[in-house]
Amino acid sequence: MSSQDIPEENLPAEQEHAHGAVGVADEKDPFADPGLPPHEHRIQDIDERAARRSERAVALLFTVSMLATVGFIASYVTIPHERAVYVFPIGHVNALNFALGLTLGVALFTIGAGAVHWARTLMSDVEIADERHPIEAAPEVKAKVMADFRDGAKESALGRRKLIRNTMFGALALFPLSGVMLLRDLGPLPGTKLRHTMWRKGLLLVNMNTNEPLRASDVAVGSLTFAKPEGLEEHDEDFQTEIAKAALMIVRIQPDNIKDKRELEWSHEGIVAYSKICTHVGCPISLYEQQTHHVLCPCHQSTFDLSDGARVIFGPAGHALPQLRIGVNDDGYLEALGDFEEPVGPAFWERG
Amino acid sequence: MSTTASNTNPSADGPGRSRGKAPAGEKVADWADGRLGIYSLAKSNMRKIFPDHWSFMLGEVCLYSFIIIILTGVYLTLFFHPSMNEVEYHGSYVPLQGQLMSEAFNSTMHISFDVRGGLLIRQIHHWAALIFLAGMFVHMMRVFFTGAFRKPREVNWLFGFLLFVLGMFTGFTGYSLPDDLLSGTGVRFMEGAILSVPIVGTYLSFFLFGGEFPGGDFVARFYSIHVLLLPGIMLGLVVGHLILVFYHKHTQFAGPGKTNNNVVGMPLLPVYMAKAGGFFFLVFGVIAAIAAIASINPIWAMGPYRPDQVSTGAQPDWYMGFSEGLIRVMPGWEINFWGHTLVLGVFIPLVIFPLVLVAIAVYPFIEAWVTGDKREHHILDRPRNVPTRTAFGVAWMTWYFVLLIGGGNDLIATHFHLSINSITWFVRVAFFVAPVVAFVITKRICLGLQRRDRETVLHGRESGIIKRLPHGEFIEVHEPLSQEQLHTLTAHEQYRPAEIGPTVDDNGVERKAKGSEKLRAKLSEAYYGEEAQIPKPTVEEYKEITSGHGHH
Repeated sequence: MSSQDIPEENLPAEQEHAHGAVGVADEKDPFADPGLPPHEHRIQDIDERAARRSERAVALLFTVSMLATVGFIASYVTIPHERAVYVFPIGHVNALNFALGLTLGVALFTIGAGAVHWARTLMSDVEIADERHPIEAAPEVKAKVMADFRDGAKESALGRRKLIRNTMFGALALFPLSGVMLLRDLGPLPGTKLRHTMWRKGLLLVNMNTNEPLRASDVAVGSLTFAKPEGLEEHDEDFQTEIAKAALMIVRIQPDNIKDKRELEWSHEGIVAYSKICTHVGCPISLYEQQTHHVLCPCHQSTFDLSDGARVIFGPAGHALPQLRIGVNDDGYLEALGDFEEPVGPAFWERG
Repeated sequence: MSTTASNTNPSADGPGRSRGKAPAGEKVADWADGRLGIYSLAKSNMRKIFPDHWSFMLGEVCLYSFIIIILTGVYLTLFFHPSMNEVEYHGSYVPLQGQLMSEAFNSTMHISFDVRGGLLIRQIHHWAALIFLAGMFVHMMRVFFTGAFRKPREVNWLFGFLLFVLGMFTGFTGYSLPDDLLSGTGVRFMEGAILSVPIVGTYLSFFLFGGEFPGGDFVARFYSIHVLLLPGIMLGLVVGHLILVFYHKHTQFAGPGKTNNNVVGMPLLPVYMAKAGGFFFLVFGVIAAIAAIASINPIWAMGPYRPDQVSTGAQPDWYMGFSEGLIRVMPGWEINFWGHTLVLGVFIPLVIFPLVLVAIAVYPFIEAWVTGDKREHHILDRPRNVPTRTAFGVAWMTWYFVLLIGGGNDLIATHFHLSINSITWFVRVAFFVAPVVAFVITKRICLGLQRRDRETVLHGRESGIIKRLPHGEFIEVHEPLSQEQLHTLTAHEQYRPAEIGPTVDDNGVERKAKGSEKLRAKLSEAYYGEEAQIPKPTVEEYKEITSGHGHH
């Protein structure tokens, strides 16, 4: 292609612009709006061969899309859904998901790329200016609307017949109450449900992992054991709701190392049982540091000192973890000596 | 009235060919026009002009990801069972076989492992949701920093803001549906936050969960909120948002030929039909490819929800991260009195959470009050030309990102080997200090950029050519700007600080300036006083310098 074929007026308007008009056109106001710059042609506008190249590129993209859709259907039919493949650098992935996603992605992306390329190279790129009109109505329009409204309001006599107006407002204000009433049965009233858990005197502490009742000798120093109340089984209908309050964590601390007097009293030979539910917003606490007897909630990092009444030593929790008073029954099993004395889990208005 | 002009006359010739002989497509259009009036609608819209700028596509990303979310979401509802009934897992994922789980979790496992393409659609749905929220955030910032929210677009700003907030809650209720260990922990967090509300907290919690947490209701309730209530409202808002964009016509940046009374660009048909329509496929294609290679929310790795179990590194989706930050860094204040507990440690974050959002939502109205400007604005601001607004926006973003850091404090601690206590303390201090610092720095940067613009206008562009003068002095040649460039750099208008009106009325009686007037004058001074903007060059200054032919 040579520039001789190109009519002069189609060449980029380089001469006037690129080198910056040293003498500014408008002598009076050099900052004035010079108006829309002249349109500059693209290569596709002046060279039909370039335009045909663009056309072929767009058609190629659309063709790739069709092939990718065929690939999608083929993958769906042929690839078993449990097969894994190794893809560098991602690692092992599900082959079907990978193939379906990529073919779908390519099929869609090439449609988009084709359309955009078409618009950018072959559709007119002449900028057009449209007038804007104020959003505000003209004063005559406004006057007409206000007059209409006044007429309508006057004919309704709403302002004059106060009895109608007031009773209507009353009726409209009251009827939504029915809707509010209907929400009442969304749930029962809280009552004292948040204050009590399943624990009561004599219930054995059952190891969460083995489902066996715990003996004092099962709890070694430095270990963290999770426990649930005897009689609560995973298949129970209210298991989730009960375990959300009754979950326990049990650690053994040398009695000399227990700083809190009541904690020692409520323990059995240094075995202490605390609520596993964080007093901040109710996450289960799961990280235990053997040396310091600190436990950490992994959700918001509240840290409690189990050797000192589980008081809060860091983080957003507002009060200590409730302790469950435990002892040992005649057969040597750990048992609860009652329910928690205070509500477990996050604080609430009625907690007191 | 004569009927010769009507189209019923089959022999009518001339410019308006009879509708009876029209091609099939035109016949269909005629049919629709006779019933829906589509020609009048198309008259003003088919060749509607849209200006071009890369930042205008951010809103399109949001619109398209929203459509993708709806399409994939409908597919997911065909397989998902919104029920918390306990079942034993017998699907094809071996590690969980025999485990008890809710039907919600079970059916999500079924979608992921036993429905061909189900995992892909699930991942597209989730990825599109993250991109939707991220897109809205960036789009909102684009609108904010360019002042596109000014009259007449304040209502559309609020529509967009509501979409962002509703999008957050739709996302939250959505990722809670599979009832997996991670999302269940998030729901527990929400329950704990609701319990902290004074007086009614426990009642709200019991009504939302149908009793004690977790109960057996919340998945079904979240489901109807997630697939019907919130998306229904959002769809209405999206339609309203788009109608207003059409009605107001798009904003544009200043430039040659672009005024406050026109809109310069290319027509909807064909250019934007192809560009914007094509862009939908680009967005969809990219999200599909991401869903093919990047796993998201692998619920099988986390397992079903149990209120007594948790995994470490529990994180919400990113858009909830700032609320997570609030709750993590707040000191655990609790006040006990008369048998009641005021759980400030949780309740204060719960109150600040909407305040963070509202702070940015009300800004346009505050600015409109300070400027007292009642005109329509269709020319966008360059952020540097409005230093106070830009600084406020950056301060707000800093606030937001400080809270995101707080929300990810455990991850930051483990990845960068830092003490979690120090990060928490850093966030506590930065919550108050960082926005102020960001405000001051941003304002200085804006003023610096304004000075440079002024310099460029008056002295020209630095050409990089060094010239040696006969007497040995070296100077850099400055290239004067073209009129287009001069106009673009000086097109913005600068407000003057508002003053308190006359304190003496028409009758010579002294009146007292109201407090609001004084406040407004003070704010206006802060916005547009000498300290807050660099006067843009005037024609006189320009002429004085350019006529001298010399360098200063």
